[in-house]
Amino acid sequence: MLHTHNRQRRVLRTSLTLIAGLGLTVAVTGCGAADTGKSGSAGSTDSLTLTVPSWVGAEANVAVAKYVLETELDYKVNTKQMGEVIAWDALSKGTIDAVLEDWGHPKQEAQYVDKQKTVVSGGDLGVTGHIGWFVPKYWADANPEVTTYKGLNKYAAQLKTSESGGKGQLLEGSPDYVTFDDAIIGNLDLDLKTVYAGSEAAQITQIQQNYKAKKPFLTYWWTPQWLNAQVDLVEVKLPEYKEGCDADPKKVACAYPNTPLQKWLNADFAKDGGKAAAFLKNFKWTADDQNEVAKMITQDKLSADEAAKKWVTANPDAVKGWLA
Amino acid sequence: MSTLIPEKPAPEKTGSPPGGPQGPATRSLLLRRLSVMSPLARRLTALAALAVVLVPFAAVLWGSGAWPGELGVDVSGPLDDLSQWIVDNRDTSPVFLYFLLHISNTSVDAVDGVYSVLDGLGWPGVTAAAVLLAWCAGGASRAGLKVAAVALGAFAGCGLLGMWDPAMLTLALMTVAVAVSVVVGFALGLAAGLSRPVDRALRPVLDTMQVLPAFAYLLPFVLVFGTGSPAALLATVIYAAPPMARLTALGLRDADPSVLEASASLGASSRQQLLKARLPLARKELLLGLNQTIMMALSMVVIASVIGAGGLGDEVYSALSTVDVGAALAAGIPIVLIAVWLDRTTEAAGERIGAPPAADGPRLLRGGPAWAVAAVGTAVAFAVGKVAGAAQWPAGWTVDISGSVNSFQEWTVDNLHAGVPVLGGTEVWASNFTVWILNPLRDVLQGAPWWSLLLLVAALALLVGNWRNALGATAALAATGVLGVWGNTLDTLSQVLAALALTLLLGVAVGILAARVGWVERVLRPVLDVLQTLPQFVYLIPVVALFGVGRAAAITAAVAYALPAVVRITTQGLKKTDPAALEAARSLGATGAQQLRQVQLPLARPALLLAVNQGVVLVLAVVIVGGLVGGGALGYDVVFGLSRGDLGVGLVAGAAIVCLGLVLDRVTQPTVRETDH
Repeated sequence: MLHTHNRQRRVLRTSLTLIAGLGLTVAVTGCGAADTGKSGSAGSTDSLTLTVPSWVGAEANVAVAKYVLETELDYKVNTKQMGEVIAWDALSKGTIDAVLEDWGHPKQEAQYVDKQKTVVSGGDLGVTGHIGWFVPKYWADANPEVTTYKGLNKYAAQLKTSESGGKGQLLEGSPDYVTFDDAIIGNLDLDLKTVYAGSEAAQITQIQQNYKAKKPFLTYWWTPQWLNAQVDLVEVKLPEYKEGCDADPKKVACAYPNTPLQKWLNADFAKDGGKAAAFLKNFKWTADDQNEVAKMITQDKLSADEAAKKWVTANPDAVKGWLA
Repeated sequence: MSTLIPEKPAPEKTGSPPGGPQGPATRSLLLRRLSVMSPLARRLTALAALAVVLVPFAAVLWGSGAWPGELGVDVSGPLDDLSQWIVDNRDTSPVFLYFLLHISNTSVDAVDGVYSVLDGLGWPGVTAAAVLLAWCAGGASRAGLKVAAVALGAFAGCGLLGMWDPAMLTLALMTVAVAVSVVVGFALGLAAGLSRPVDRALRPVLDTMQVLPAFAYLLPFVLVFGTGSPAALLATVIYAAPPMARLTALGLRDADPSVLEASASLGASSRQQLLKARLPLARKELLLGLNQTIMMALSMVVIASVIGAGGLGDEVYSALSTVDVGAALAAGIPIVLIAVWLDRTTEAAGERIGAPPAADGPRLLRGGPAWAVAAVGTAVAFAVGKVAGAAQWPAGWTVDISGSVNSFQEWTVDNLHAGVPVLGGTEVWASNFTVWILNPLRDVLQGAPWWSLLLLVAALALLVGNWRNALGATAALAATGVLGVWGNTLDTLSQVLAALALTLLLGVAVGILAARVGWVERVLRPVLDVLQTLPQFVYLIPVVALFGVGRAAAITAAVAYALPAVVRITTQGLKKTDPAALEAARSLGATGAQQLRQVQLPLARPALLLAVNQGVVLVLAVVIVGGLVGGGALGYDVVFGLSRGDLGVGLVAGAAIVCLGLVLDRVTQPTVRETDH
């Protein structure tokens, strides 16, 4: 018995030595300092990487920018799908070169733009985003009162679901998106409760289901959004937005501001990116333009590339302006 | 055993109520009473006594509501500091420059390398290689042809669905991830298989690796390695390496002692013994480990796309943003096809190992030429493809399924979700289920005094195990309170319990049916395969459409994911019951139901326990997916942490899910006495 034990121990020791040896070899072969990845993509002349956020409007920006870069400026454009905050991080590292639509990330701006200076502004996208509370038009038509928060509160009972604990349900979307709704409900003393769908796909599916059944519902929603072409929603009036009323997230009791959507570039790319960087800084269009492309992707089921091609062919002047 | 107890009453005594000094007479009376109790009752009495002492004390100090804030530790501050430090220093600190970044760059190169090989081979070359490889693995015989046909079908399917290129990218990432997982898992398994202490130390680590949701550790990896393949690769390795480690250890440990004794007596050194006897004897387990590792790795494909890994997961993910179930399915099916191809190929290779060793000689002779045929075949297909200029899958050879899938989905939802005569429809069920089962369950759990839940868990763990079990379970539950997520943990617990109950009820019922009726099992197999490997993201939208945003949808997703394993294990366990025992019962005139209840189910107890264990693990694995369809609580917190870059929220919620796993494991799995040999 003791004999086998000793043997086992020896086997163990041999195998551990082997593993350790292997690890050491790896360590030795990789002795030099590693490439931090910046020089690889940023600033190189013929290829760049853009991030594709999870919503279609932003996909439309990337599709058109990619199409123009590839056909007019002869670049190879790679696209990468990732979450918004992760994209900021990747932008700072140079894994991606530009973010074309940002709804405002003050914490990341402070870190990467002001402190590390690895990200620089690329200017306005030209589209203004707006977040708010929305109800379906058929419900608002039948009960005009629900378009103000005070009136809405009287109808809260109609918004009850099994998830909302006896109060009216306010449907929330993906955790990606900025929301002060819990604070707003509390501070305005409304008989509502937020229910987090957890993803945009789940939220949209729920809206479509409710809309089809002509049920009353209340949702956190925003424009521009491709679904707005399919369902007719009306915004609920919250107390007017004033500069600074959302400074303390716990004390918010006002509407959401209108956000001019921003473009951000990796600092090295902005400096050495040549024509591509210049083009992306110039790239600017309207919410209608963006919606047109988004609609081609969602309703007409065109691929992003096909939709971009169709739009660019129809709007040569706009493209010429970006390239000037 | 029971005769020893009166002499050693220590544990019971510590639990006796304080206060009144007890005379020797009452004490001996107590001891006598205790000694006639069963060991279980004695343990519970001791627990009750302990409770009588501690509870009033705790209740007075910290109240009887939810977990007291005074007993919490705020870990989000340090975690946020850590993530800040990483972001500030990752381009300058030597830890990154000389170590972590090398890992990152090497993995990018490896994935790119494999992808360019696949890309260079072109679709004819890749398909030929996969088909011929499957044929060789199947023994280069008639049986091999069947495996080869599966491979051909899988690759043709990828191409036909218009997913050839993403499929190759996924395949490249999987190849590297599986290779690394196998090496890591094998090394860990080797150490655990050869040394008991290592094994004991490793087991909780492996458990944590499998139960900790990938979403929770994606963020730190992204911070350290950046987006794209490196972080995706490492996350996959963490999830996929444990089965390889476990099965390697199991294979080494279960080696036939007589063979080892024989080799020892022939004077084999320990290294010879390992290489020539133990490892070859463990080949079957090693291959099963490889198979399981591949399946685990494939289930990470979609999750990896959240951090920019590309491939099929990316296609699924982007289809979700337009709420296009058809497109998501078109990208999900290739994942299933790749899984089926690899599963059948490794399974076929594993079956051949089971053959008697005497047949090895001739087969080896046959094996060599077969591999040569495979190599030549691949080269020919590659050359033909090159000459024909067919590197890309021909655009005309694709089928667009998304339109018909979407209209089928719409039709189903329209007809099922409401207004069904008598039954009412899925939406009504979901809302009733939430109102009458989930809400009360959650409210009871959240409303109960914190100490009562700790006691309940301890008592349940004592019922099935020993003191160590009870202590572990109670500590795990308490940890969620200390981390400050008591309320959310109980919310998630109520969902997990409901999902688990449904899964076991359905799973065992279907399993019994499948074990008794042959054609049911045959029909079920492909269905279960698909349910197990289809990314859950694909059925996220139909689930919401049918059940509405909320916990009912989350539970449906969990049941759909956990059911296949429970059905399989139940069927296997029932079919394996001793035929002699069944025959005896039958000859004694037992009816079918009696046979099942009194012979088969008791004999299948280990399998049923395993079913419960797997049910727990799998239901917890989809808590995150539940968070994406309105399940809220811990699942939502983990998703929130990743998408907002908030390490404090995400990791803490992830840790709480692991704690829940520990609690559920301890209160359902009887302690197995470890037999050291």
